[in-house]
Amino acid sequence: MLIQEQSRPGRPATAQAPLEMADVSDLPAGLRRQSRAALPEVSELQAVRHYTRLSQQNFAIDTNFYPLGSCTMKYNPRACNSLASLPGFLARHPAAPESHSQGIMACLHELQDMLKIVTGMHAVSLAPAAGAQGELAGVMMIRAYHDARGDHDRREILVPDAAHGTNPASAIMAGFTVREIPTGSNGDVDIAALRDAVGPHTAGIMLTNPSTVGVFDRNIQAIAETVHEAGGLLYYDGANLNAILGKVRPGDMGFDVIHMNLHKTFSTPHGGGGPGAGPVGVSKRLEPYLPVPLVVKDGDAYHWQVEQDRPESIGRMTAFGGNMGILLRAYIYARLLGAEGMRRVSEYATLNANYLLARLKEAGFTAAYPERRASHEFIVTLKKEAKEYGTNAMDFAKRLLDYGFHAPTTYFPLLVPECLLVEPTETEPKEALDGFVDAMTKIRAEAQENPDTLKQAPYSLPVRRLDDVRAARQLDLAWKPAQAED
Amino acid sequence: MSDMPADLKYTESHEWVRDNGDGTVTVGITDHAQDALGDLVFVELPEVGKTFAAKDACAVVESVKAASDIYAPLAGEVVSVNEALDGAPETINSDPYGEGWIFQLKLAGDNPAEGLLDADAYQQVVDEEG
Repeated sequence: MLIQEQSRPGRPATAQAPLEMADVSDLPAGLRRQSRAALPEVSELQAVRHYTRLSQQNFAIDTNFYPLGSCTMKYNPRACNSLASLPGFLARHPAAPESHSQGIMACLHELQDMLKIVTGMHAVSLAPAAGAQGELAGVMMIRAYHDARGDHDRREILVPDAAHGTNPASAIMAGFTVREIPTGSNGDVDIAALRDAVGPHTAGIMLTNPSTVGVFDRNIQAIAETVHEAGGLLYYDGANLNAILGKVRPGDMGFDVIHMNLHKTFSTPHGGGGPGAGPVGVSKRLEPYLPVPLVVKDGDAYHWQVEQDRPESIGRMTAFGGNMGILLRAYIYARLLGAEGMRRVSEYATLNANYLLARLKEAGFTAAYPERRASHEFIVTLKKEAKEYGTNAMDFAKRLLDYGFHAPTTYFPLLVPECLLVEPTETEPKEALDGFVDAMTKIRAEAQENPDTLKQAPYSLPVRRLDDVRAARQLDLAWKPAQAED
Repeated sequence: MSDMPADLKYTESHEWVRDNGDGTVTVGITDHAQDALGDLVFVELPEVGKTFAAKDACAVVESVKAASDIYAPLAGEVVSVNEALDGAPETINSDPYGEGWIFQLKLAGDNPAEGLLDADAYQQVVDEEG
């Protein structure tokens, strides 16, 4: 039930309302509302119950295994939250002067340094507020670099078809055209097709490695050489950084620019779509174009570097210094782990993925790339099950919810039919992984006996199977009071 | 098993092409394509009067699973579009070769079958995809 539907006229909770109405006489009359806002009128207890109930209905990493591939839904350590909530951080005004912000600026400066070291890049800007914004910053820097050299014909970005959908979107937003590069049947980029595609029009390539098919591209050196020899730059999509953290550095693989999803790899909470943080790291030749602000250290003092200090910068991505609360949590996470801990993250993330893949294969499920070792995630294709029982990947996904598991990513990447993209992350114990295999096996038995069991699922959640087709066709997002009550 | 009428021509990107015999062709997506995409929720039609080269992306279909470009099978000018799809994209699911047609092209060239596949060749493309 919506909280608006519990509303009764004249039943507001006034205990926490301001004593006086704000004076709005300085707002132009034409901009002031003519009628009262349709806010719900409920008692304080009703409001508390409503939101407590909503939180209990939530399917979250704090309540359930959440193997949502390419999203890296790992446990968010409580220490990160409690330390980032210290009053000195929380109450800081974003416009506070440098002299009053030295503490948080020291944290941000250290975070810049740690990200530089762990990715092998020359410089880092924390400014972008999400992965996609980091991508946009990255391709804008590639464009700025070519333009500064008078190399104006480099207008094409190469994107392998195993890339995240945001990659081509970011390239187009930055004014490039996109050429798709096919993936071979072994999951690596088709290197012959790449060689045919590069030329004097090539601005760069956007690559996710390990890719969205859950394998590490073994030809990365050849890819880097091919693109660099043609005069293009290499962009690293950091969505899958969790697989290689502390082990392999994109800078050493030859990448010129990288974005990192701190809300994935550095474990800041990102349920419900945000907030995120997508810092960008660059090689030396791209440093002048980094988005502002950056934090620099001069003796013992920290300073913001802004547009005036960095005239070639592509500019600002957000107001103030980016998603500060998220950056802080990532900083604390990195400090808690240290270099040794970061290596353990990728070791356990890949161990968990490979264990889960091996057990699912043993149980008779089909790996999309059976001969390849998984990175931190892998793909199972339910094509066989769809053909034999008429139950598709979505039916399995919905039924998993009844067994207490959040569904893996479904129908992505588009290359593999009826696919589940499974990413267990390093924070799951073996028992959770075994439980997932048991559930998948039971669901397949149900599909065999009575496919309808799957088609109607889920049964045990607050809502049953939603009609996503109708929801997409008839968008109805705004609540309106019933006409009769007028 | 998806339906592939023998009187139509096809592309590797899963469009079908009907020769109207008057220098125009009608274009839609195949039964196999609509089945793979699942329930369609949105169609972005091309603009009438716009010209495309063969293999240019000219329209978009979107399902709950994915958004997919539709490519011009031949070079030509868009002379009409199926506006009924705006309110009822599901027509492509229910009748891909009939009421679910997407647009009509006035051909730039003379050959309404240039570079296109017949039903058997298209069946092979589908089989190879597995």
